[in-house]
Parts: sequence; structure tokens; C-alpha cells
Amino acid sequence: MSANDASLLQTVSGAMLAGLSRAVTGVRPIWAGSAPYGRQRIYFANHASHGDFILVSTCLPFAERRRTAAVAGADYWNAGPIRRFISGRMLRTVLVERNWVERTADPMQVMLAALDAGQSLIFFPEGTRNMTEEPLLRFRSGLYNLAALRPDVELVPCWIENMSRVLPKGALLPVPLLCRVVFGAPLVLEEGEERKAFLERARAALLALAPRKDGTR
Amino acid sequence: MSDDTRLFLGLASVLVIASLVAGVLSWRSEKPLPATLENLNARIKAWWIMVAGISLAFLFGTGGVILLFAFVSFAALREYVTLTNTRHADRWTLLGMFLIIVPAQYYLIWIDWYGLYSIFIPVYCFLAMPALTAMRGDTSRFLERVSEQQWGIMLSVYCISHVPALVTLPIPGNEGRGLLLIAFLIATVQGSDVLQYIFGKLFGRHKVAPSISPSKTWEGLIGGIASASLLGAGLYWLTPFSPLEAGALAALACIMGFFGGLVASAIKRDRGVKDWGHMIEGHGGMLDRADSLVFAAPVFFHIVRYAWT
Repeated sequence: MSANDASLLQTVSGAMLAGLSRAVTGVRPIWAGSAPYGRQRIYFANHASHGDFILVSTCLPFAERRRTAAVAGADYWNAGPIRRFISGRMLRTVLVERNWVERTADPMQVMLAALDAGQSLIFFPEGTRNMTEEPLLRFRSGLYNLAALRPDVELVPCWIENMSRVLPKGALLPVPLLCRVVFGAPLVLEEGEERKAFLERARAALLALAPRKDGTR
Repeated sequence: MSDDTRLFLGLASVLVIASLVAGVLSWRSEKPLPATLENLNARIKAWWIMVAGISLAFLFGTGGVILLFAFVSFAALREYVTLTNTRHADRWTLLGMFLIIVPAQYYLIWIDWYGLYSIFIPVYCFLAMPALTAMRGDTSRFLERVSEQQWGIMLSVYCISHVPALVTLPIPGNEGRGLLLIAFLIATVQGSDVLQYIFGKLFGRHKVAPSISPSKTWEGLIGGIASASLLGAGLYWLTPFSPLEAGALAALACIMGFFGGLVASAIKRDRGVKDWGHMIEGHGGMLDRADSLVFAAPVFFHIVRYAWT
């Protein structure tokens, strides 16, 4: 077992969380454009619930789940010993500091180090949980910077359906509802593509995976 | 040979024959297989798993069957609520539906308290649920939300719970054979679904309700219900009924089952989905398989209770 794979506690708690999220949401991955196995990846997804990254990692095959970590906000997950234990020991997370003024480590360096160590990342390009009526917020620059600096890593859009109804912000108990995660075709940063154009294209690719109002895709 | 053994050997042989027929059809068909045949194979495979699950529950007796149907209710309710309009203010009501109403209803059946399990949901829950929702103060589409919640509990929990409740009926001369009565209901209603599908595929011309379901035809309906009633009459040895009574009750259950499927299709059409979920390969969700049982169970239960106890 290499140092990059999950620890025993992380493997066990990951499997338990996957079992729990299956029991509550019956989650099923829909592979619409990418295969379950592939190169090292950044899964970028819409974000409205703490359950989001558990749902995405539940959908991954066992070997891929073991090398995949979620990028999460250090300000939230380092606040208090319980959150620190959950994010540091039980789950596979890469914690980044979102506060520009007080931060001690550059988020880009932290994420690049994880990628260089061979990990796949679950990444929420909106930067925070979306509490608006909009389906998807504007993307922050992080996704573009990662794509520009590590062009070999696949960027896979994943649309998470319904998780915000199961476990909205501030809720403690999940309401059982069916969830799906739709994995789209990987994106590549074009030669000389502008930051803004790329982010807009990535956002459109993710939105295109969302079901339409009439339930069809 | 005991009646249980006969029943399950019979079921197994039906599935073996179905698998053989589908295997020969797949072998002789052009490749890749047409969608109908793919779906038929998936359905038969799922039937093996469902029959195995039901048989396992029956091995554990009444408790096993109650647990099985509590799980069916949970899965059906989850599929139903996913398609409804829920707002943040509904959270406590929704949690109560899953965490309190489902276990309480099946517990009341387990302790055989007919006086309460027959009114617990339509009286107490139907009043408590809107009260709780109103206390949260969000009146937007209030009537719509409350109605959807109540109809969901009615379909997914109250109606379905009447299948295991059959075991509690004190029919004279039928002591200890309550589970076989459940097997009779499931076999005829599900058999009717399969037979309607087969008759519809073979002879279907005239649609019953083209705006709701393109697959329901008069030929399938009449052929399916007639043959399922004969099947019910042939299974009379599972029940306290004579062959004629068994056939008539089977016909009634199958007609109710047809209406259940029709109502479920109307709800799905309203919400723009083809299936309730994706739990059972080839069939769709739990409610896609249980919709006919939902309508058949309470009517079958009360007629048997009125006329035989």
C-alpha cells in the first residue's frame, strides 16, 4: 500500500459512508461520456450539501475511491476537534484555506501537491455551497489554474441530483430520496484558451448534465 | 409434500420455463438483441431475485414477511417523495413519514392491533402531518404539498401494509396458514401483470387509455385478467376458499391491480418520468413492480375479512 492510498480507518469509514449513502439515497452513477476507470482525474461537481462528496465517492469503483480525496474548506473543517477528526482521519480530504488575508498555505500548492502524489480530486468549482435558486454559481478560477498547470489530469464533470434535498445546509438528519450522479465526458483545456472562456465552457458542460424540467435529459 | 413446498417448486418451475424460453428466443434472435428481448431477459433475472427474496422472508415466518413489506414501503415512499414538491419546511414531516409512520404501522400489524393499524394513518397521521407542516409556517403551495404527502403515505405505506396484515385475519379453519394467503394474493396479482404483458405483446391492438399508457391494451387486460383468475382458481388449495371463490377473488384483485397500475402511470406521466426509480433491473423502481399490489391488497383484505371472519 503506497502512502497515497487511504489509511485503514479511511477505507473502513469510506466503505461505511458509501453503504449509508446507498441505503438513504439508493445512489446510482450514470456514466454518460466517461468510463468508471481512467487516468488520474479531477471530478468537478455542483455543490449544495455536505453529502455531495460522499455521494460522488460512493459512485466510484473501490480502487478509484481509495486514491480520491475531496477538496474542502479548511476554515470549516479545521474549526473544532470533531470536524478536524472527521476531515483529517476519517475522510480523504485536501483542505484549502479560502480566506485570502489570514491564510498560511497557498490553496493551489496544496492541491498540486495532492495531484503530484497521484491522487484524484473531487472539486467544487463554485467555491462554496450554492444556497441560491440558481442551478449553478459562477466558477472560481481554481479549475482553470489546475487544468493549465496539470494538463494530463482528466477533468470530469459530475452533476449531483437531489442531494441538496436530502441533506440541505444546517440539517442533521437526511431525508431518504433517490439521488443520481451523472458523469460527463472529460474536458480538455484548449491550446491558448482564455481563463474566462474555459470556465464558461466547463460550467456549460456541467449544466448540460442536469435533467431538464420535464425529467428528460 | 407440504403446500409451501409445492408452491415454491411451482414458482421455481415457472421461472425455469420462462428462462428456457427467453434463452431459446435470445439464441435464435439476431445480435445484438432487440430491446424487447433485452428487457425480457432483465425482467426474468430480476424475478429470480425477487422470488428468492420473498422465499427467504417466508422462511422467517410472519416477522420476515412484515420486515420485507416494511422495506417495500420504505423504498416505495422514497421513490414517491423524490417526485413530489418538497420545501424546506416539510423536512420534519418527511422525516416523520420515514422514521415514525413506516415502523409504527408495521409494528401495529406485528402486534395484531387491527383497531389501530386500520385507522392510524387515515385518522391520526393525516391530521398530524398537515398540523406539523403548518407549524413550520411556510404556506407556499401548502395544499399541494400536504395532499402529495398524504397520498404518498396512503399508497406506499397504508395500502402496502395490508399485504402482511392478511396473516392476522382469524379465518376459522385457516389457522397457521396466513402466509399462504399472502402468497396467493402476490402470485395472482403479479401473475396478472405478467399475463397482461404477454397477452398485450401478442394480441394488443386497442389501447385502454392512450393518453396515460401506450402499453395497456384491452386485449392484454381481458386476456391477462381472465387467465390470472384461472390461475387463482387453480391455486385455491393455498386458501380457505373454494375454487370458484378463489377465482372470483383473484379476478377482483387483478382488476384492482390494473387500476393501481393505471393510477401509477398517470402520476408518472404527470411528473414526466418513465419509471419510478431504478431499483429493479428491467422493471424500474419498487413502485413499478408493486403498483398493482397497492390497490389490490386493502380491497382483498377487507372483503376476506368481511366474508370469512
